[in-house]
Amino acid sequence: MSKNGNDGKPLNVVGKTFRKVDARAKCTGQTKFADDIFLPRMLYCKILRTHEPHALIKNIDLSKALALPGVFAILTGKDLPISYGILPVSQDEHALCIDKVRFIGDPVAAVAAIDEDVAFDAMNLIEVEYERLQTITSIEEGLLIEEPRIHDYGDGGNVHKKVSLEFGDVDEGFAEADLIREDILFYEGNTHLPMEQHAAVAYFDPDQKLTLWSATQTPHYVHRALAKVLEIPASHIRVIATPNGGGFGGKSDPFNHEIVVSKLAMITGRPVKCTLTREEVFYCHRGRHPVLMHVKTGVKKDGAITAMHFKSFLDGGAYGSYGVASTFYTGALQTVTYEVPRYKFDGLRVFTNKPPCGPKRGHGTPQPRYALEVHLDKIAEELNLDPAAMRRSHLVQPNSVTANYLRIGSMGLGTCIDKVVEGSDWKDRFSWPATGPRVIVSEPRAVVTGSTTAIESLDPIATAPGSDTRKLPLGKGIGFACSSYICGAGLPIYWNNMPQSGVQLRLDRQGGVCVMCGSVDIGQGSDSILAYIVAEILGIDPFDIRVITADTDLTPVDLGSYSSRVTLMTGNAAIQAAERARELLTIAVAEKLNVPIENVSFAERRAFDVENPEVGVTFAEAVVLAESKFGTIGTVGSYTPPRSPGKYKGAGVGPSPAYSYSAAVAEVDVDPSTGIVIVERIWIAHDVGKSINPALVIGQVEGSVYMGLGEILMEEMSYRANRNVVHKIPSMLEYKSPTTMEMCDVKTYLIEDPDPNGPFGAKEVGQGPLRPVPPAVANAVYNAVGVRIDEVPITPEKVLKALREKDRGRDARFGPTSIPNVDWPEPLRVLTPAEGGDGREMPRVAVHS
Amino acid sequence: MNQKAHILFTLNGEAAEVAFAPHKTLLEVVREDLGLTGTKHGCELGECGTCTVLVDGRSILSCLMLGVDVEGREVMSIEGMAENGKLHPLQDTFADLGAAQCGYCSPGFLLAAKELIEKSPKPSRDEIKEALSGNLCRCTGYIKIYEAVELAAARMRGEEMELPRESLYGLE
Repeated sequence: MSKNGNDGKPLNVVGKTFRKVDARAKCTGQTKFADDIFLPRMLYCKILRTHEPHALIKNIDLSKALALPGVFAILTGKDLPISYGILPVSQDEHALCIDKVRFIGDPVAAVAAIDEDVAFDAMNLIEVEYERLQTITSIEEGLLIEEPRIHDYGDGGNVHKKVSLEFGDVDEGFAEADLIREDILFYEGNTHLPMEQHAAVAYFDPDQKLTLWSATQTPHYVHRALAKVLEIPASHIRVIATPNGGGFGGKSDPFNHEIVVSKLAMITGRPVKCTLTREEVFYCHRGRHPVLMHVKTGVKKDGAITAMHFKSFLDGGAYGSYGVASTFYTGALQTVTYEVPRYKFDGLRVFTNKPPCGPKRGHGTPQPRYALEVHLDKIAEELNLDPAAMRRSHLVQPNSVTANYLRIGSMGLGTCIDKVVEGSDWKDRFSWPATGPRVIVSEPRAVVTGSTTAIESLDPIATAPGSDTRKLPLGKGIGFACSSYICGAGLPIYWNNMPQSGVQLRLDRQGGVCVMCGSVDIGQGSDSILAYIVAEILGIDPFDIRVITADTDLTPVDLGSYSSRVTLMTGNAAIQAAERARELLTIAVAEKLNVPIENVSFAERRAFDVENPEVGVTFAEAVVLAESKFGTIGTVGSYTPPRSPGKYKGAGVGPSPAYSYSAAVAEVDVDPSTGIVIVERIWIAHDVGKSINPALVIGQVEGSVYMGLGEILMEEMSYRANRNVVHKIPSMLEYKSPTTMEMCDVKTYLIEDPDPNGPFGAKEVGQGPLRPVPPAVANAVYNAVGVRIDEVPITPEKVLKALREKDRGRDARFGPTSIPNVDWPEPLRVLTPAEGGDGREMPRVAVHS
Repeated sequence: MNQKAHILFTLNGEAAEVAFAPHKTLLEVVREDLGLTGTKHGCELGECGTCTVLVDGRSILSCLMLGVDVEGREVMSIEGMAENGKLHPLQDTFADLGAAQCGYCSPGFLLAAKELIEKSPKPSRDEIKEALSGNLCRCTGYIKIYEAVELAAARMRGEEMELPRESLYGLE
């Protein structure tokens, strides 16, 4: 068996550009999405969603609705009393609310009717009486208002989760610093906005088996939730994830409409479909958490970090969703780019009466990465260092373990930085704007320690502080940022010893190859990746292969399309399955050709003797030989990530088999009279380990840049105040996202620093390249007009306000100025690897003694 | 009151006859009554461009047009773009460059681009952006779409144009 597919032979498929295996279907409109399924006698479901943000349900009257001709069934909460949720620790949702609603959009009743119009009319005839409760609308209120509680679990009052971790003695680290800086930043929530609205179709067949087709990224978890809530054996349930019309994390939770259509199909004996309206998709949400952040970092004069303390406050919305993981993720990946020898993280998530937040592309990490990269930019300016060079000098080492016990494998960030610095002509275009003091920090709560004289005596590296030597005209700016992302989570959501990904391969005597895997193609091309990898190993054409995915009856479990896990995990499982199949073929072919086993090679749909390549058999003949010798040819492969060195409580979030790296430079044009920011171009380099298909990798990079651009410039979930907490703009017109007119030019560099854990060395690309984009743009805005916008998105209003402040001689920034006072728990202390730690927390007693 | 509308029109070059509730949009008639699900919907409010079809050669949002309004007219949906199993040059270049990721917005983009190329056989990058500005895509960042339109337009003009190496492999 090879090491991750690499057996030293030249590659014929991997690393080359091919169409996706389903490209023709997608370009001819033939891909069947969930709402494209029409079954005979199918009923249509509409879900009544509450207009109350926080209320007790006093009474539900269905009589008028049930009397409407064409109505077949109506469900309320009491019909589905069992709770569910994506995480085992947050089973806090009901398919339909039972006694209480928690946000505008929470589902209360579900109708199945002969058509959508009747279902809609019936829905409007349902009468619900409520008793209003006080609403909790913000992080601050979530911390202040202990009663009423939105949920009766969590870490007290309306705090869902509160964590505190300390790796090494950060106070000691701060004492070693020449400069300590503190910043407060806010990242507003935004949503996935997939083009396809969620849809699901259920059918309960005469043999009492349930089939659900759904636009889900995680059929395995939907399968679990259906079995739990419907109280039928999982073996009687088949979940088929239809190709997703975009996911971005928004289709990763088990959803109420999936459960409701299943129950309605069981009751009525007819297929039932529910397709959400665009407005409902906004209320389903599970998108980017709004996060308030406080970051404090101690650095040496050369920018080397001595210690970092990061605090995050997440506005979770009304349910748990992935929120516990999201909370940890806001603190986990600060350490994987630059050396952070001592690190402390305090994080909390509050429940509020808003649509629940969850995972969106980058899950919990774009917010802290924005904060960190803007903060480091400010530090570089104070130290009068070039911000790209400063970061470049303090990168984490490949094959190392971070202070919080994340094991780094390959690490191509240095090359990424070099590429974008060179490509953007950074050194000739970047200079610090001649504004503001360098050492006396004017930021709120900012403090400076260490020797200021030593800092002032530093040699000027970028430009002399205070001098006016702009290299670009006022209004034009460039900014820099880096990031990194996981390639799948080291631990599965349900901790167990089973593989995270399985692949089954079937070879038939006609030479047909069928690869089956539980993964879901959400547009990223995961079906194609399976075909490319199997084709590479078996020496056949990827378009010869039949790919069957995301069907819990037919395909082995893959946990789903989230955490940027699919290429690495299914890829490794596919390699194992294909190599096992190749081994069987090799034995049979070697016998037939009468050559040693090691001489048999596979390429161009043939198996042949490497020493006499003309001596061989066709691939189909090779299968016949193997089938004659061994019987039916089917193999399996599976993948389980390596164990993480972190053993402390909380160590489950952050570990990954590998980390991708990205660096970006943004070039902006800011109009000081309007505050409008136009991003002209972004140079981005992404260390993908190895491109399985470079064209698809570039597509993911460009798509990530696009989504990051939307987040930094315009996208935001915004709610009316005055206690109603109704979404202001639940439509695609008013929720601004970049059109062709706003999208910037993108210059992409693919960096390949192969990781030993990746298939053929491959790492992720679907999420990582989003993360440097928001801070690179924010830093470029500062470079252009000398104001810091410490709040995402950077709207024209915020730029104008900051410019006005600057003109008045005040702090040239827009952003939050304080964080709530919180009694953080005594941190769980962990000695770092450098301090000789073993990855476990120190006993509490020893800490206090 | 529940009487159905009954219309005749040309759909993808073929005569179509259909009866439906008169309040139905062209989008609903095409998807639900004629079974052509290649036309997608993202908002049903005229905001996203996903349901674009061509009516008498012009791109329109089928979610904003009533089915009864196409009586006697020529409608092309994505199903009519390939002829006899041969992809339209735009479909080929979208497939080659990965301009269709999830593929949900692709039918709308393809038809809007077809209208553009027929009006302007050599569109500039700015013309392409303008012509496609009513179609949203959340996957691609639009860049592969521009490149695919440029490449298809060149092929339709009979010009040789190599796929740009940079767009398939990145910058050196």
